[in-house]
Amino acid sequence: MAELTKKGLAGFLARQGILVAFAVFMIAFAVANPRFIDIDNVFGVIRSSAILGVMALGVTFVVIGGNLDLSVGSMMSFSTIVVLDLHDKIGPALAIPSMFAMTMALGAFIGILVGYLKLNSLIVTLGMLSAIHGLTLTYSGGKNMDIADKEGTWFAVFGQGSVAGVPMPILMFAALAIVLSIVLSKTPFGRKVYAVGGNGIAATFSGVPRARVVFMTYLVSSFCVATAGLIQASRSMGSQNTVGQGLELEVLAAVILGGASLLGGAGTIFKTVIGVLILGFIQNGLLLMGLAFYAQYVVTWIIIILAVWLDIAAKRGALWSRIA
Amino acid sequence: MKNETRVNLIKQGAIWAFIVVELIFFSVAGEFLSVSDKAFMNFDNMLLLLKQSAPIGIIALGMTIVMINGNIDLSVGATFALAAIVLLDSMTWPFMEALGNWAIPLAWFFALTTGVVLGAINGLIVWKTGVDAFIVTLGSMLGFRGLVFMYNGEQPTSHLNWTLVDFAEAQFLGLHTATWFLLGAALLLWLLMTKTVHGRNAYAIGNNRDAAVNAGIRVGPHFLWNFMLIGFLAALSAVVFYSESGSVNPNDGMLYELWAITAVVLGGTKLSGGYGSIVSTLGGVIAIQLLRKGLGHIGADTETVNLVIGLILIAVLFLDRQLNRKGKEELRT
Repeated sequence: MAELTKKGLAGFLARQGILVAFAVFMIAFAVANPRFIDIDNVFGVIRSSAILGVMALGVTFVVIGGNLDLSVGSMMSFSTIVVLDLHDKIGPALAIPSMFAMTMALGAFIGILVGYLKLNSLIVTLGMLSAIHGLTLTYSGGKNMDIADKEGTWFAVFGQGSVAGVPMPILMFAALAIVLSIVLSKTPFGRKVYAVGGNGIAATFSGVPRARVVFMTYLVSSFCVATAGLIQASRSMGSQNTVGQGLELEVLAAVILGGASLLGGAGTIFKTVIGVLILGFIQNGLLLMGLAFYAQYVVTWIIIILAVWLDIAAKRGALWSRIA
Repeated sequence: MKNETRVNLIKQGAIWAFIVVELIFFSVAGEFLSVSDKAFMNFDNMLLLLKQSAPIGIIALGMTIVMINGNIDLSVGATFALAAIVLLDSMTWPFMEALGNWAIPLAWFFALTTGVVLGAINGLIVWKTGVDAFIVTLGSMLGFRGLVFMYNGEQPTSHLNWTLVDFAEAQFLGLHTATWFLLGAALLLWLLMTKTVHGRNAYAIGNNRDAAVNAGIRVGPHFLWNFMLIGFLAALSAVVFYSESGSVNPNDGMLYELWAITAVVLGGTKLSGGYGSIVSTLGGVIAIQLLRKGLGHIGADTETVNLVIGLILIAVLFLDRQLNRKGKEELRT
């Protein structure tokens, strides 16, 4: 009996360990500094995590489908630059859909390469990281983009506006998370994503169109990237060409922290959101403790490795690996 | 069988053929488009090219070994930066200044040790926890970068030692110091991978880890050694580069891991492990540098380099797949 409870507890920790860790962590920080759970502070953290978070939602689809996406950072720079440039040329109402179309065209291109041509996603998206960066620089001529008339446009609403006291980036992040969570857990497409990532060959023999599903995951990812670019552009109303540089690996870190397996077939939107929030609150908590912002990197390092290690250890039933 | 040798020959020769094509293309195109009137195939230009490929090249050599072994290392850029800071900062320590020029070999030793220690941390974690190297080094990429910032905040770390600069700028038999380090490292690693038990085991482990374990190969220590080796090489790359420049920013070396992986893959090494060669990686490194220089030579914006390299990488992946597929029954998925 005691054995069973222990097993149940271990199983619960293995399944929901990230939630427990998050709760413990939040309580510890809140006790150390009550300002940490101040509503303004909480909103501030979530708002500044929203861009990373929106991108992580899309990458979750790709990773559950058994692939990687390293191109989201430079793709985000691309969409930010494009929407800022088009804003002054054709107005915000046309610029936003055009930007979404262009970003999703890039996503579709990656989807064709990885889905239909079955090329290795790590290298394809690594190549696209470089290629899209080049594309952005060519598009902008290497110059920063700025909106000329910052006062006379409603474009700022996505990054700086708020509804009933809740900042727009949080609302967009939350809305997208809810919609994508439903798509992933309640629709046939969502189940196919898990099937393809869990066992591609079995999925194929069961009649799941593997290529099309993978293609769609990249389309979802590029849609999220475009949304993140919109928030970024609207928040700052001007941008460098390298605004998203390096974000791809932070996004991946959040997704892994949420418990999605790089082998595919495992992970949920909800856990990715938790992963994003953990990263955001760690950064904030350490800042409130008076540490420099880069202390978070070291802490994130330790947390990522511990999280994945404990996850694996719970599955194999032994703390240390069996590698000789 | 014969067909297979031919395919192998094509694969190994491909990168060098690509380099020849690049040389011809840029020489001919340069005649019509070049903004400068200097010939592209200029001897000095080629020497400079080798020197400029050294920093990424030395890292890419280490990446080749780690990838043959079936792992990957995303933390090399941060290791590079931390080793550079140790190199430059250690020369300003009081007891080091008292040593005069004897501080130089000691500073090199400190920097290289830093690289080896960071590599050992990665290797031990991969070995002992069984977490995938991609995740482990993704984490340490952030962590090591954090250490870089902790060392000196957001300030650049600078120290110029003129003896060191003279050494780094020297040319021996026409080749720059950095080039000698690149070629020397390539030679030693080629010997390591082709002539030693460690090299053979690294291939075996990358090719089929379970089979290697069953054959009695101890996988863990090989992982550890290879991660220490790539840490050492990342530090060596920093030592060679910063001996000359004398100033390091905390953001230096960012995305180097991706450039190194690009060069390695261009050279034909498999991400899945078990296949690849040091010599081909050298080819991949030179091909990328040639592309950078060549595009500049014919007056293209430097921005287009990223675009071209990215598309070439994808094209190489596609061609490689087509070559491998020939004569193989593949599951139609």
